[in-house]
Amino acid sequence: MAGILIYSEKSKLALELLTAARLIAKGTGLNIKILCINSDKQAEEMVAQGAETYHIKEQNLNLADTAAVASALQQAAGKLDASIVILSSNRRGKELSGRLAQKLDAGCLSDVTSLQVKDGKVQCARNALGGATIATQQIETDMQVIALAPRSFEPAGLQDSGSLKEMAIEIESSLIKVLESRSKAGDAADIEAADILVVVGQGMEQGDMVLAESIARALGGEIACSKPVATDKKWLPEDRIVGLSGKKCKPQLAIILGISGQVQFNVGIRDANTIIAINNDENAYILQMADYAMVADLKEVLPELNKALGY
Amino acid sequence: MNIVVAMKQVPDLQQVRIKNREPVIEGVPFTLGIIDKNALEAGVQLKEAAGSNLIVVSAGNEEVEETIKEALAAGADEAYLVLDDKLDGMESSLTASLLAATIQKIDDVGLVLFGEGSGDNYSGQVGSRVAEILGLPQVGYVSKIELDGTVARITRSLEDCEELLEVQLPVVVTVMGGINEPRIPSVSQILKAGRKPKEILDLDDLDIEIAEDKKISTLSNLAPETDRKRVAVKSVTELITVLQAEGFVGR
Repeated sequence: MAGILIYSEKSKLALELLTAARLIAKGTGLNIKILCINSDKQAEEMVAQGAETYHIKEQNLNLADTAAVASALQQAAGKLDASIVILSSNRRGKELSGRLAQKLDAGCLSDVTSLQVKDGKVQCARNALGGATIATQQIETDMQVIALAPRSFEPAGLQDSGSLKEMAIEIESSLIKVLESRSKAGDAADIEAADILVVVGQGMEQGDMVLAESIARALGGEIACSKPVATDKKWLPEDRIVGLSGKKCKPQLAIILGISGQVQFNVGIRDANTIIAINNDENAYILQMADYAMVADLKEVLPELNKALGY
Repeated sequence: MNIVVAMKQVPDLQQVRIKNREPVIEGVPFTLGIIDKNALEAGVQLKEAAGSNLIVVSAGNEEVEETIKEALAAGADEAYLVLDDKLDGMESSLTASLLAATIQKIDDVGLVLFGEGSGDNYSGQVGSRVAEILGLPQVGYVSKIELDGTVARITRSLEDCEELLEVQLPVVVTVMGGINEPRIPSVSQILKAGRKPKEILDLDDLDIEIAEDKKISTLSNLAPETDRKRVAVKSVTELITVLQAEGFVGR
């Protein structure tokens, strides 16, 4: 029987894929198989979650070589008779999804944020037009590659009946050599996990960053920013960017300072539970998508707010 | 050596309006994808360092010929364009076939550059699909590229780490938005852009069959419903009251 094959190099993301796969399996009757590559630890974890796990152990298979990993997945999909391959839409997964789809002559949807099965078809939702709209799309080809946006699904819970088999595949020599791999220093803040975010934009002055950070601390939150604040002005590291090409955050509270509210930004924050926006431009779009909108000069508001919060 | 940069014409998203939750695209001017401009800039910098030739490739409706002038002004030496109004709104797999077939018409390609995602759809598939069609190695999410003879040293920036890779040329690279600051062309560059060579291809020039059936169907495409209170706050005192009422301070 045809099946669903899932793969991510990150165990946590693989478990999210498993949740989505179980949803699809329920609607289609397909069975689920998980692929792990060169990770005994991940293979054991997946077995413990009740997954039918296949492990490729080939030291020459280089995760940095997207072509090689796509080839491994193509072979695994063939051997396991999978018609739907689910990947994560993290950077590696997204890069992989296009290559694999081309190999399989498959339609591919990436950055999928939710899905449902209707009449045996998997309907996927993803942002379109730079985040201005949400498109519901389905793949019409026999083979399907779906890449799920990280954190769109809860990690799967424990189930019985996991199993583990090794799988052998053919590998070609790689044209890519890893010279060095270094962890990103980052400041370890995880803006996606924060309950409260203070998000700053170009409408703020650098000198007021201290105040914004202090306000974030006082509220027990993290500071985040629009893309130009990190990439152009470099006031904050890039892992604090909210938006289409940054992180999509769902905090309880977002306080948005000096951001006009272009869709590429909004898509990263519109799922916040409560939005407070402060902007000196009464026509700024962000004020329309706020629960509480304040038209004011940040230079005056920030010191006052900071003081009121006890600093 | 030729360096190729692939660019996509997209509607200027800042001018897309939403009416009854439907996006209104008609009448919106075209521009080039924002991250594609970073790919172009990366190409221009490498070309200047290595003395190679920079070719921009694109596929789309007839308007692409006008839109692409911006890339020629910003430093591309020539353009290869596949133009046909039926290509409007084509899906990623077709774009990839057309671009790959176009790139195959160019000799001595050492590097093919893409942005990490297009300005409108951001699916990030086309670079990977082109690499597969051309049978080339690929590196995505690139923050640095150095060419050195027959190899490139490339930094791929993942969420939690950076990989420094050595790759045999030719290679397909997709660059991150933050890799550089695209230059703004000068007036004289803009004037000269119109005279740079353009190779216009139509579908008959490429050995590509356009499948009747689409690989992806779109069931709906609507702006998300927003359900915000939109309460005007007049002072910091009011703001604090709000924060208290919502339970964010004084918990």
